[in-house]
Parts: sequence; structure tokens; C-alpha cells
Amino acid sequence: MVKKLINGNYAASYASKLARAQVIAAYPITPQTNVVELIADFVASGEMKAKYICVESEHSAMAACIAASATGARTFTATSSQGLLLMHELLHWASGARLPIVMVNVNRAVGPPWSVWADQTDSISQRDTGWMQFYSESTQELLDTVIMLYKVAESPDILLPGFVTEDAFYLSHTYEPVDIPEQAMVDSFLPPFDPPFKLDVDRPHGLGSLSMPHQWYMEMRYNIAEAMDLSRRRILEVEREWRELTGRSYGGLLDEYGTDGADAIIACAGTAASTAREVVDDMRKVGKRVGLARIRCLRPFPTEELRALGRRVPVIGVMDRCYTFGDGGPLFTEIKSALYQLRDRPLVKNFVAGVGGRDITMKTIEKMFENLLRIGSSGLDREKEWVDLKRPEVV
Amino acid sequence: MRRELRSYKDLPPGPITFETTRGFFKTGSWRTFRPVVELAKCKKCWICWKFCPDVSVRIREDGKGVEFDYDHCKGCGICANECPAGAIQMVPEE
Ligand code: SF4
Ligand code: SF4
Repeated sequence: MVKKLINGNYAASYASKLARAQVIAAYPITPQTNVVELIADFVASGEMKAKYICVESEHSAMAACIAASATGARTFTATSSQGLLLMHELLHWASGARLPIVMVNVNRAVGPPWSVWADQTDSISQRDTGWMQFYSESTQELLDTVIMLYKVAESPDILLPGFVTEDAFYLSHTYEPVDIPEQAMVDSFLPPFDPPFKLDVDRPHGLGSLSMPHQWYMEMRYNIAEAMDLSRRRILEVEREWRELTGRSYGGLLDEYGTDGADAIIACAGTAASTAREVVDDMRKVGKRVGLARIRCLRPFPTEELRALGRRVPVIGVMDRCYTFGDGGPLFTEIKSALYQLRDRPLVKNFVAGVGGRDITMKTIEKMFENLLRIGSSGLDREKEWVDLKRPEVV
Repeated sequence: MRRELRSYKDLPPGPITFETTRGFFKTGSWRTFRPVVELAKCKKCWICWKFCPDVSVRIREDGKGVEFDYDHCKGCGICANECPAGAIQMVPEE
């Protein structure tokens, strides 16, 4: 075991190396750039045996990954924000073709106005592309999840692509001591990619050709839906294996902290969760029963875990670092929809916070908890609240 | 490989086609220009074969260069553009 002081971006580069990615196609974008810079160094020095393809856009990066993955190569790419949006069309293509490409996305706000800071609009906009989505809270979690994700994605009954996100700058550029696992250990955990079908000149066949309405399109979509449902169990199995090897795990699809006997909890994704943990500790010390549920996996969605939680906890505040215009925070609407089937539903309130990288401080979160504890007895005040918004002075 | 498909369970794990249907459709009539090779100039580098997006450049059995599958060549001109020897001309279809 080697501990290195690295940032989230480098953790992503190391993860792709440890996973023995064979083809990397990427285009640089702030704040993702040093993910692919370090991989380029690894490849140039021969430390990583891979083909590094320089492309002219993120659309091409994903196209190259799709082509390489279709020939049976393990592929990796990384992007952020507008870059991910430019990939959008091909994200659908990758999942439709059942290619287990793995990517890292740095969660960055979408312009205009330009902002390179943390915001989850970019990845949440990819909800319906058929990609698995993981949100990391720490640099170590990012590295570990990339490796675990290859194993999940390449399972013969799953065969779906996936990405792991890290919040811009909070993880991408912040240095933490990270355990870089031994290559031999990762090799024992992650076998080489061996897809059940691949483009092969000796056994020619077509990939992604036409399907008429009376033929198999609908059934193929159904199979993707089934694979995504199956992936829930697979994610938990793979995480258990990883824990046996490394002693580390991250709570499966929904990472709970202090939810036992809680009067109110906050649900969120990404690095704001680690701030929330501190607040939970402080408030618990003074007898306030609050907790945290971190959405670690947005696709597949932790529906059952949330329902179990909703049966125990009377008030849930959902903190979204982005917004779906014309509706609400996306985690808020997803969580509400998961809880709807419960007979006794908890109160659910939406806090929109940290949009465009605005700091989510301990004070901010403490105020949310105080509000949740209050509405637990007095009833919901407002369904959605933009926190720390500069508002006109009230006289 | 031919399979009996009855339900979603019988599908391969991805949108793959085991048998090509290309032979059933002749698309060469879409062409307005046809590629013509001058074998004397051909260096047998197979660049045109590699670049043709329609797999319509064939290497001749006698090894003397390339020929075209005019049932499927769409006349895009990429082969002529890529040929380093200038051995391929695009001529208007009558
Ligand atoms: S003209 Fe285009 S389609 Fe026809 S052989 Fe040349 S490259 Fe292929
Ligand atoms: S590119 Fe030109 S020289 Fe090369 S094989 Fe084709 S026709 Fe011949």
C-alpha cells in the first residue's frame, strides 16, 4: 500500500491506470484537465500500456471510446460541464450499444454566465442516458469507485457504461492522502474485460443497425431497464468484495450517517455531504437528532433504501446543488417520487444551495437542520427554498 | 449464427446483427459520380480500401490493385481524395 498526497483529478488518473484502461480518448476542459494530463504522462513514460487518442472534441472522445469498447478494449475518458453536454448524444449511443465505458466527470456549473465551479447540473442532465452515475465525497472514494465501476459495468448481465463525479475544486483540486492500491491487488479484483460480443474481423457482425417498430427496439430498451435494475445488487456485491480487499466501503447506493432515531435528515450528493457530517456530529452533541443520507448513486436510484429511510424518519430536507427549471431540485423530485408509494410519507423539503460553487458552509447546513426540526412540529413552511440567495432587503 | 427470437430474453446482449442485410439492398444507384481506377498508377497501398466508408473498395483477386463494388459505392469520392498516387478519378454517371 502506498499513500500519496494527490487531488481528485489525479486519483481518477491513477484509477484508470490501476484498472488497466487500454484506450483513453479525451479532450481537456477546466477543471478536468489534469486527469488526462497525468494519464498522458503515464502513457508517454510507458508506465501505462494504453493507446491515448487526442481528439478534437468531447463528442469525438466519446465516439472513440465507443469504437474502442466495441472491439473489446477497456476504455476511459474524463470531462466536465459543457464537455459532458457535448457528449450527450453519444452517451445514449454507448448505453444503447451496451458498452461498459467508464468516465469521470468533474461536476462544474453550466454557462452562461461562465462558471468553472461546483454544480451538478451537468451530470444530472444525463440522467436518462442509461449511464450509471456515482457521486463521490472524497478523493479516495473517487479512486475506489472508478475501479469498482469497471467491475460492475463489465458484468455480463449488466454491460452498461457509468461515470463517477467529483465536485469541481472541492475534490478535483484539493489534495488528500490517498491509498493507491497495489496493482496486483487490483488485478485480482478486476479481471481483463472480456465482452460476450465484440467487433471482430474474423467473426463479422453489425452493431447498432436498424430496428423497425414491430421488431426489437422496445425489447432492447426493456433489457437495458432490467440490466440497470440488476446493477443495484451488483454494486453492493462488488463493494463488499472491495471492502474485503481494502477495508474500505462507501455505503452502497445510499450512504447513511446518523439516521437512526433521527427527527430530521438532509439528503444530498457530493462533497456537501462531508460538511453535513460535521454538522450532524455537532448537533448530535447538543442533543439534536439529525442525520445525513448521501445519494451516492443516482442511477440506478436507491429507491428501496429511501423508502426504508422514509419509514423511519419524519422530515427529509433535500439539498440540491442544481435546479430543474419549471419543477424543482432534481434530487428533491426524485426522492419525493420514491417516497410517494409509502402509506405514511415524511415531510420533504427542498433546499437549493451551492449553485455555481457558492460555499455550502456548516452554518448554512445548520440553519437547514434547524428549519427541518421546526417544520417537523409546525408543518411545511415552503416546499422549495433557495438558500443563501441574495434577496432584496425586506423593510 | 441464426437464432429464433420470441421475446426480449432471446436477444443478444446488445444491438448486434449476426447476418448482414447489406446484400439485399443495392444502393449504388444513389451515385452521381463513380470512382474509376487506373491500375497502372496504383501503388497497392490500400489506403482507399481503408478509407471507403461503404466498404466498397475491394482488393482485386489478381493482386493488381483495387476494384469497386458499384452495387454499393455511393460515389462520395473519399477514395479518390485519399489516393496518394492520383490513381482514382471520379467520373459523372451517365
Ligand atoms: S466513392 Fe466513396 S463509396 Fe465509392 S468506393 Fe470511393 S470511397 Fe467508397
Ligand atoms: S489509394 Fe490509390 S494507390 Fe493506394 S491502393 Fe487505392 S488506388 Fe491504389
